Amino acid sequence: MRNSIIDYTLYLADSALILGQRNGDWCGHGPILEQDIAITNITLDLIGQARSFYQYAASLIGGDSTEDSLAYLRGEREFKNCLLAERPNGDWGQTILRQFLFSNFQRELYTVLTQHTDQTLAAIAEKSLKEVNYHCRWSSEWVVRLGDGTDESHLKMKTALENLWPYTGELFKGADYEIAVGMDPSSLHTPWFNQVEKVLQEATLPISSTEHIFMHTGGKQGVHSEQLGFLLTELQYMQRAYPGSNW
Amino acid sequence: MPTYDLEKLFQERIDQEIKIEPKDWMPDAYRKTNLRQISQHAHSEIVGMLPEGNWISRAPSLKRKAILLAKVQDEAGHGLYLYSAAETLGQSREQMINDLHSGKAKYSSIFNYPTLTWADIGAIGWLVDGAAIMNQVMLTRTSYGPYARAMVRICKEESFHQRQGFETLLVLSKGTPAQRAMCQDAINRWWWPALMMFGPRDSESSNSDLSMKWKIKRKSNDELRQQFVDMIAEQVKLLGMQLPDPALKWNAARNHYDFGDINWEEFWQVVKGNGPCNKERLEARKKAWEEGQWVREAAAAYAAKNKTRNKAA
Ligand SMILES: [Fe+2]
Ligand SMILES: [Fe+2]
Repeated sequence: MRNSIIDYTLYLADSALILGQRNGDWCGHGPILEQDIAITNITLDLIGQARSFYQYAASLIGGDSTEDSLAYLRGEREFKNCLLAERPNGDWGQTILRQFLFSNFQRELYTVLTQHTDQTLAAIAEKSLKEVNYHCRWSSEWVVRLGDGTDESHLKMKTALENLWPYTGELFKGADYEIAVGMDPSSLHTPWFNQVEKVLQEATLPISSTEHIFMHTGGKQGVHSEQLGFLLTELQYMQRAYPGSNW
Repeated sequence: MPTYDLEKLFQERIDQEIKIEPKDWMPDAYRKTNLRQISQHAHSEIVGMLPEGNWISRAPSLKRKAILLAKVQDEAGHGLYLYSAAETLGQSREQMINDLHSGKAKYSSIFNYPTLTWADIGAIGWLVDGAAIMNQVMLTRTSYGPYARAMVRICKEESFHQRQGFETLLVLSKGTPAQRAMCQDAINRWWWPALMMFGPRDSESSNSDLSMKWKIKRKSNDELRQQFVDMIAEQVKLLGMQLPDPALKWNAARNHYDFGDINWEEFWQVVKGNGPCNKERLEARKKAWEEGQWVREAAAAYAAKNKTRNKAA
């Protein structure tokens, strides 16, 4: 049980960190100054959530473990983030849609987690839920705006949906450690799907065409896309190059 | 009422320390000077996000990553306030951005230097934000109301940035030999460009006289530069590091630090576009703008559709 809690906590931490790392690349490069600020807010929230989860995992692991050793000194096979989080930024539309799919999932997950018997996890979920509600609102608004904007933006969103949808199945397929800590995610699918479908309909984006497609899995078990290695190389560069230093 | 009376009244208001507001009459040159200066200042905040943003993905700890993200985000906020202040003078943000991209409008040359190591992030906070504060504290009392008010908000955050930058370097200065070397190297590379931020010597500054008369500026370039040197020469002692200037020396008679000659040839080359990163910085801004075009168009199209729908409903 203890190991499962650690693995589960790392799964939550890694997913938040990896998506935060991806989003961070937009800072200073956004399409509109106000939205540059908004996505950086979300990035800051995600990094903050990751830190809370890593700190908790480190306290359970004990020894020399810290939030930074967990984020910076584990290899790609040890990272448990969902594949959706590591998908490349693509254009602004793909980034928005990735956030939308992920945040709506996080909202359902954290809502259940606030009731968990592990009080630390429940407390982090409670605190993060406020942030995630905003992420959902912001990304939903943009999904609608871009889906129902111009022909060009509609097409871009349609492509983004085709690119990302195959990575949503994994979110609801329970890994051993999820089941072991009583957090089987399969029950989250219906509320998630209903909400996502509602927004996508408003965005005039067809969800039916993506219904029966193959879903990728593996991230939660540490089997990632080739991209993650490059992401981690950049993320972990300083800690690898200057081991044992304080920053 | 003949024009010279308006000018006289305007100058009287300035002399009485009454702020000039957007709807007030102002000489054309006053409007133009403010517009040039505020938009240039706004562009500097935005372009300034790039060298520091360069280290967000590689920040050495999660805490430092969060601090850096928040700092760069603050600079975006400064850009926003300043564009809004400049817009009160009758130019749209889009026009200002076009002028930046065409090279017509300038931004601070300091951001044309590269951030090569993590220590550069500390050095920028300490020296670059530090130099900017000297100027900005003065500008909280500038005569144009919207500019002065924007500066009040910005100054609070800038002094926080400077402390964070100093603290970043302080940790390095107490670290491993490699970290200490990184710290000294960053100071060596950023010191002279930071001094150049105050602009040409007073004897060579073309816009200064009128700016002083109109209280857009209240201190000369050289005065501000001296104030900065005096501050940093003390703070560097706390780091146990050196400023790369053998001529730096306390002068009891002047009650100031003496310091060496700035390389003005380098200064003018960077202003002319020949700095190490001029091309990259402008290209990065243009790329973000061009790649965001479809997003802005979609947002506008959606807003227009919604308006029609609401009318129909
Ligand atoms: Fe700033
Ligand atoms: Fe700053």
